[in-house]
Amino acid sequence: MYLAKTVAISAALVASLGLAHADETLDAVKGKGFVQCGVSQGLPGFSNPDDQGDWTGLDVEFCRAMAAAIFNDADAVKFTPLSAKVRFTALTSGEIDVLARNTTWTMSRDSDFGEFVGVNYYDGQGFMVPTSLGVASALELDGAAVCTNTGTTTELNVADFFRANSMDYTVVAFEKADEVVAAYDAGRCDVYTTDRSGLAAQRSKLAKPDDHIVLPEIISKEPLGPLVRHGDSQWGDIARWTLNCMINAEEAGITSANVAEMNTSDDPNIKRILGSDGDLGSKIGLDNTFCANVITSVGNYGESYDRNVGPDTPLKLERGVNALWSDGGLMYAAPQR
Amino acid sequence: MTTITKLPNGGKVYAGDLPDKPAPIRTDGLVAWMRDNLFNGVFNSILSLSALALVLYVLPPVLGWLIFNANWVGGADACRVNPDGACWPFVSARWEQFLYGFYEKSERWRIDILLWMLAIGIVLMVWEKTPGRHLIAMFMLFVYPVLAFFMMYGIVAVNVYWIAVPLLLLGVLFATLAGGFFRVIGFLLMLGGVAMLWQVGSGAVQAIHPLGDRALPIVDTPQWGGFTLTLVIALSGIVASLPLGVLLALGRRSKMPIISLLSTVFIEFWRGIPLVAVLFMATIMFPLFLPAGVTFDQLLRAVIGVALFASAYMAEVVRGGLQAINKGQYEGAMALGLPYSKMMRLVVLPQALKVVIPGIVNTFIGLFKDTTLVLIIALFDLLGIVQASIADPNWSIQSVPYTGYAFVGISFWICCYSMARYSRYIEGKLHTGHKR
Amino acid sequence: MANKSELTAPAPSFWRDPDKRAIVYQVVVVAVIGWLLYAIVRNTATNMESQGLASGFGFLTSSAGFGIISTPLVSYSESSSYFTVFLVGLVNTIIVAAVGCLLALILGFLIGIARLSSNWLVQKMATFYIELFRNVPLLLQILFWYSAVLKPLPGPRELHEAGDAVFFSINNRGVIFAEPVGQPGFEFVWYVFFGAIVLTWLLSKWATARQMKTGNQFPVFSAGVLLIFVAPLVAYMYLGQPMEFVPAEMSRFALRGGVTIIPEFVALLLALVIYTAAFIAEIVRAGIQAVSHGQIEAASALGVKPSHRMRLVVVPQAMRVIVPPLTSQFLNLTKNSSLATAIAYPDLFSVFAGTTLNQTGQAVEIMAMTLAVYLTLSLLTSGFMNWYNSRIALVER
Repeated sequence: MYLAKTVAISAALVASLGLAHADETLDAVKGKGFVQCGVSQGLPGFSNPDDQGDWTGLDVEFCRAMAAAIFNDADAVKFTPLSAKVRFTALTSGEIDVLARNTTWTMSRDSDFGEFVGVNYYDGQGFMVPTSLGVASALELDGAAVCTNTGTTTELNVADFFRANSMDYTVVAFEKADEVVAAYDAGRCDVYTTDRSGLAAQRSKLAKPDDHIVLPEIISKEPLGPLVRHGDSQWGDIARWTLNCMINAEEAGITSANVAEMNTSDDPNIKRILGSDGDLGSKIGLDNTFCANVITSVGNYGESYDRNVGPDTPLKLERGVNALWSDGGLMYAAPQR
Repeated sequence: MTTITKLPNGGKVYAGDLPDKPAPIRTDGLVAWMRDNLFNGVFNSILSLSALALVLYVLPPVLGWLIFNANWVGGADACRVNPDGACWPFVSARWEQFLYGFYEKSERWRIDILLWMLAIGIVLMVWEKTPGRHLIAMFMLFVYPVLAFFMMYGIVAVNVYWIAVPLLLLGVLFATLAGGFFRVIGFLLMLGGVAMLWQVGSGAVQAIHPLGDRALPIVDTPQWGGFTLTLVIALSGIVASLPLGVLLALGRRSKMPIISLLSTVFIEFWRGIPLVAVLFMATIMFPLFLPAGVTFDQLLRAVIGVALFASAYMAEVVRGGLQAINKGQYEGAMALGLPYSKMMRLVVLPQALKVVIPGIVNTFIGLFKDTTLVLIIALFDLLGIVQASIADPNWSIQSVPYTGYAFVGISFWICCYSMARYSRYIEGKLHTGHKR
Repeated sequence: MANKSELTAPAPSFWRDPDKRAIVYQVVVVAVIGWLLYAIVRNTATNMESQGLASGFGFLTSSAGFGIISTPLVSYSESSSYFTVFLVGLVNTIIVAAVGCLLALILGFLIGIARLSSNWLVQKMATFYIELFRNVPLLLQILFWYSAVLKPLPGPRELHEAGDAVFFSINNRGVIFAEPVGQPGFEFVWYVFFGAIVLTWLLSKWATARQMKTGNQFPVFSAGVLLIFVAPLVAYMYLGQPMEFVPAEMSRFALRGGVTIIPEFVALLLALVIYTAAFIAEIVRAGIQAVSHGQIEAASALGVKPSHRMRLVVVPQAMRVIVPPLTSQFLNLTKNSSLATAIAYPDLFSVFAGTTLNQTGQAVEIMAMTLAVYLTLSLLTSGFMNWYNSRIALVER
């Protein structure tokens, strides 16, 4: 008897429990008081929990910058670690507000899963081999065993590369980056392939980093960037201009250290960036000083880069193509005016 | 001196002392014990020696790595100097993270209280002389999970929904399952729930602040982790699966063909698919099943998946118990004119559930071990958080991953082994059978 | 004398009639479940449309584009279709599950018997084995065995020079041996082999019949082994060894060609077998202990040898207790093989529900196919075990 009743009533309850319906992301975010940000489960330099359990990294700091732009509080953000497989589901289902998980901007992803708001790291897929192998170029890798991550574009790129050069290979594909490194370290494969930033990060974790070299070939374009859900252009603008603000600030020479004195600058460009002139911030639903808040609490793009992946970190990544366009790199943000 | 005289018919006559017989084989002492238990026969001797060789081959290096050569003090540098032993400083540097995950540091006392309550509750339930064991069990089964949820998640403002709906559910449960006084209470609870919903509907009250200024700040589920999360998933899985499993077992044995069929299909479906697939569906498919815009917490989805999965196993365990009950019990209850619900509640289930306690504990052990799979869907249970910690470049030492895994293995082993011992103890107590 | 109508009770009211009430309940349950299913299907369809997710099984024919490490029995390349990926995963899952079940059964039986051994050391070691491996999560054991298999093995470059022809090698790329390629005439060896199996079957029928009639036993087992293994060997020799072993060749990095058993398979198999055997051992122990002491005593009283006593009296009776829980252990092993994801063994879950799902995003179709496979495997296993169980069940008089 109660079987039927229980089933009926719980079904009715499930139906009536209309949980929060997110229409306007900004309003919802302001309502709950923090940004929910999807990050990687652990990729040093991009998003990784430190000894204290706090999240650090380039992607993590982008999320903090968004929190600073909205709440003037870089800590008003919560992180959801996501695997490569579930990241897009988490975004489309509304579980997270923004996905900053070293995700490659591709056309199919831009149309299927969300709206990319820019590029916070220009990457490309590369190869790492033990120096003892005596290989100088990826074109010598015929017959090698390759360790890689499953569920990413790297798996497809490596297949394309070897086929295009009519070389033979075996692929050993793991779920998590740590497992790939462990297998590579144990000699399961001759080659480890992933984004070059990832190679640098993982190389720092190997027993003897100097016994491994990254080969010169870059076999793919991997512009990594944050993305938001389709259909909320205001929220997309907030994410986009938070990123642009960090890059523009670096170009204009505004740092977290000098932002206070820059506020009194007469340079119209700096005034527009920092919001002491004009009402650019309010056009996207934020304070006019949103960018100043970002720079004060997080810093400009260059600062974030140096802190997380730059030459002074274990990753030791030079700016390279990620330098400002004025320094010969690709970082070129649309102007704030 | 003995003289032996042979008789013509072949017999013998002894005169004087008989020669001493050899001393009987010793039946006590180490040698005798070894002869009886290790070297009684050629085959057994070979077996013993090879077994001994295996022990001597495996044990010293393992113990050496784990204990004698291990690094017990110092930091990462000490481990770097001596790579031939476990690196226990890694565990002591991170053990808070292993226990609490990324839970807000200032709020960890909440977990401490809950863990102590759990430990004391378990001790009281296991110790047979505890007064009011029954009530404590009820408390741990029904009140503690709710309390634990609010303590862990936090309470600032409570949406009246969240009070009204459980009230309603509890009322329905009481009104249908209980009798007499409790049934009245059940109806009252239902009434209260409906009244509250009415209030929400008319917009009079939206939320209440039960703790006022001393509110417990919300700690969101992505911050939960470590051993706490392992416990959360396993315990909520088992607590939710128990009533569901009983219902399914009853359904499967029901005489109503459709209900029996549906229960069977449900049970066999969940038993036939791997837990990884269940967790996967919970993360990837579940959001698709819900109306657009409705979201569910990822942890909650995983717990729902785990609970459904466990309920199928639980149903089979309970069914075994139901089948073990003498048919006379059913017939006696029916002869007394008890309706089905009362027959089950008062006569059959109390006996059946008691019989299957070992089975329930075993299911729980399985579930407890299986919680490690949630790392595949990026939840940081004990194994997940240890894996994440291993990735720290500051601890990139060869022995660290093994130390981490050894720590996880030992932790799980202690929990599971003690539960298994308890289950066997209960089994032995129930089994007053005719074993020799 | 009362008439008939007074003897039958008055018809109960609608709600008091259990039969009618049962119908109402069932209608309600069916309605609720039907509505739930409908809601799920409708929501899924709406969500997929609004998220722009593709649907249908058309993706199965498009080219996969990624490599798979081990593809036994199925020819696969990067340009093969996703359906081929499905087949590869299926074959890999079935192989590891089948081999795993067999080995776990053997090891479990041995340890279960060792657990009851009169040898103190052996008994304690069996107990230790069971308690150790039962109580540690399988995922952890898989990770452990993977590194335990990989770490001590040398790399292929430490063993072989480039250009070497290698007939057999164990290194951290797996167990590699020369590939046997049958030459013309080899099919006769197969014929002899199958003929020997049929002959053994006939022989055992005849031996049983004869034993029933005369009581004389015939060594069917040794004769069968002789027939099945020696006869094909003789045929092979007689035909002039029509088989060529093509060695693997050492390239600059690794061995090319030959047959490879990858370390992922070995590690997964080890973990599954060792873990499941601990459970099977306990089942076997319980089964043997469930056989009444009187049976053993009666056998001893009749003068049956200890080895025969075990084989002819104890085990057949114990099997009745053992088989049902054994079935669920086999099912568990099959399902647990999905943990292969953690160590890159390309089973169904890893390559199809993992990689393919990720590349195509068609969660609904892929999960449906994957679940269907696991459910079918479960049904087949329990079907087989039920058949076996009914064969050995006690024939009650």
